[in-house]
Amino acid sequence: MAVHQQGQKMDDMTRILPSNCSKVFIQRDFSDGTAVKFQTKFLAELDGKIETKIFESTINTLNTMFCEAESLNSRNYCESCFACLTAYLSYLCFDTHYEKILKKIGKYVAEQNQTVYVPRGLMLVDPVERGLRTLEICILNESNGR
Amino acid sequence: MPDLYGQRLSQTYVTIVKPKKNRLCNDKVSDKSSPWEMDTAPLPVKESSYVAVATDRVSEYSDTGSTKKMPKKMIRKWEVFPGRNKFCCNGRIMMARQTGIFYFTCILIVVTSGLFFGFDCPYLAKNVTPAIPAFGIALFIFVMSTLFRTSFSDPGVIPRASPDEAADIEKQIEVPNSTPGTYRPPPRTKEVVIKGQVVKLKYCFTCKIFRPPRASHCSLCDNCVERFDHHCPWVGNCVGRRNYRYFYLFILSLSILCIYIFACVLTHLILRSQEDNFLHAMRDSPASVIEAIICFFSVWSVVGLAGFHTYLVASEQTTNEDIKGSYSAKRGQENFNPFSQGSIFRNCLGVLCGPTPPSLIDSRGFVIPDSSQTQGTNNVGTNTANHVTGSNGSGPVMKQMISYQTPDGSINSRLPPTNGNSSAVAYKDSQSPPQHVTYTEVSEGGHWNSNDPYSSWGSQTQQQSFHT
Repeated sequence: MAVHQQGQKMDDMTRILPSNCSKVFIQRDFSDGTAVKFQTKFLAELDGKIETKIFESTINTLNTMFCEAESLNSRNYCESCFACLTAYLSYLCFDTHYEKILKKIGKYVAEQNQTVYVPRGLMLVDPVERGLRTLEICILNESNGR
Repeated sequence: MPDLYGQRLSQTYVTIVKPKKNRLCNDKVSDKSSPWEMDTAPLPVKESSYVAVATDRVSEYSDTGSTKKMPKKMIRKWEVFPGRNKFCCNGRIMMARQTGIFYFTCILIVVTSGLFFGFDCPYLAKNVTPAIPAFGIALFIFVMSTLFRTSFSDPGVIPRASPDEAADIEKQIEVPNSTPGTYRPPPRTKEVVIKGQVVKLKYCFTCKIFRPPRASHCSLCDNCVERFDHHCPWVGNCVGRRNYRYFYLFILSLSILCIYIFACVLTHLILRSQEDNFLHAMRDSPASVIEAIICFFSVWSVVGLAGFHTYLVASEQTTNEDIKGSYSAKRGQENFNPFSQGSIFRNCLGVLCGPTPPSLIDSRGFVIPDSSQTQGTNNVGTNTANHVTGSNGSGPVMKQMISYQTPDGSINSRLPPTNGNSSAVAYKDSQSPPQHVTYTEVSEGGHWNSNDPYSSWGSQTQQQSFHT
């Protein structure tokens, strides 16, 4: 895996994306409001490349993690109130709960890529890299010498 | 015709990064007096103009030939941000283009508070209690910090779609049986049911996305903003999901400060007039009179605004939704706000204390061109170095990213169209007012020409066109 410096958040593997792979985009599911949630509908382009159950479990895990990040629970309220009391200087010192979850999601995506998706010729792109608009799945081309 | 295009883009690139001598920020807004020009000065002149903008990036431009060295610094994302924003402190501060009224707001608050602390507080501290200036200082600091936080933070801008995403959306909503040559734009809305309420998602032609619910496109900043409230010229920024609570706290604390200063000034004048008459008191302390006038006129608007936003917070609505009447009961049909938490307390808690995502635009992140686009070169590192010459295959990567900057609110450089034509095309957003030129649909075989600086890494279509 090529290692790129400059402190990019992007997963190393996404940087060596071949240019001629086709991409599939899992769009956001807004049926529960503005919370980040991806559709679990299995797209035709993935048919044959990955099992529906594995795909759905990945999406559901991601959805659960995002839900936890955005949940309106007392932990998030306390964090915000504490930050307000410290004149928001605490944000300079600590990561917010949301940021911590996003890091966790990044690690989960990398781990899923390594164990599940890349062996099947697919690659997930962390939704943060796409502005949380969509979950991009690259269908890796076998002919491309990566 | 890569030469012509390459030359044009190299000129464009150079012109965009022209430094602004009188500005505090490294913003990418070009001077109106030096309009967008396609000049062809030789490389050394352009290099010196880069130095003024970012002196730590000279090294990468001097390294044009080496294919092994990595540049010491890469370009940060804020420098190629497509919206009409101003960035300062190397991407840490993000504001709207027009900030004159923001400076006026700051000056007004600072001057009024300064007069208060200078002329009224000494008298009141001595004759009443020193707690008055103490509370005043704390309130003033709170007002200024919430103002700065509102003005300088990303309101919740949604990054624009990459070309692949845009092409995918277009493909999904393409109208079948369309005659080739005649271009029918894709349907602009999509409906989604949220908790039983039908909500329309609109397609944004500028950002090439279906906007999430409650998001809206700000025509002044040329960005889609999540939970868009309004664009506030007084704070010099949009008010959206990420900075609404600071905006609310700002106007709330400012209204308290206004009332507080007004009350203290009146107390001061009345106390003084007990020793003498009121006119003499006013003559002895003219600053108090000025403050009283400023506060008297400000209080109506600021307190009114604070009251209005308190209502919005309690009902979990945005200014945008309230103005449009999206969830008001007057429509005669079963309309309710699907985003409301159910009770006023929970709504307030949700809006003011809920979790906020980090900035999705990642302004301080580095733009790393996709290594796959260096098929024409050997090294990712030379991308930045070769943008001016344009001869190297990796140069176009940076050109694509830079070509999106719009100093005058118009796109003056283009990406090569996806169908491989070398002609550059103009883009104009048909939804925006005419003076804001952004994108337009161009019928070239019925395709959307998608262009986005963020997509220049990882996009196969751009790659193809540069190699024609």
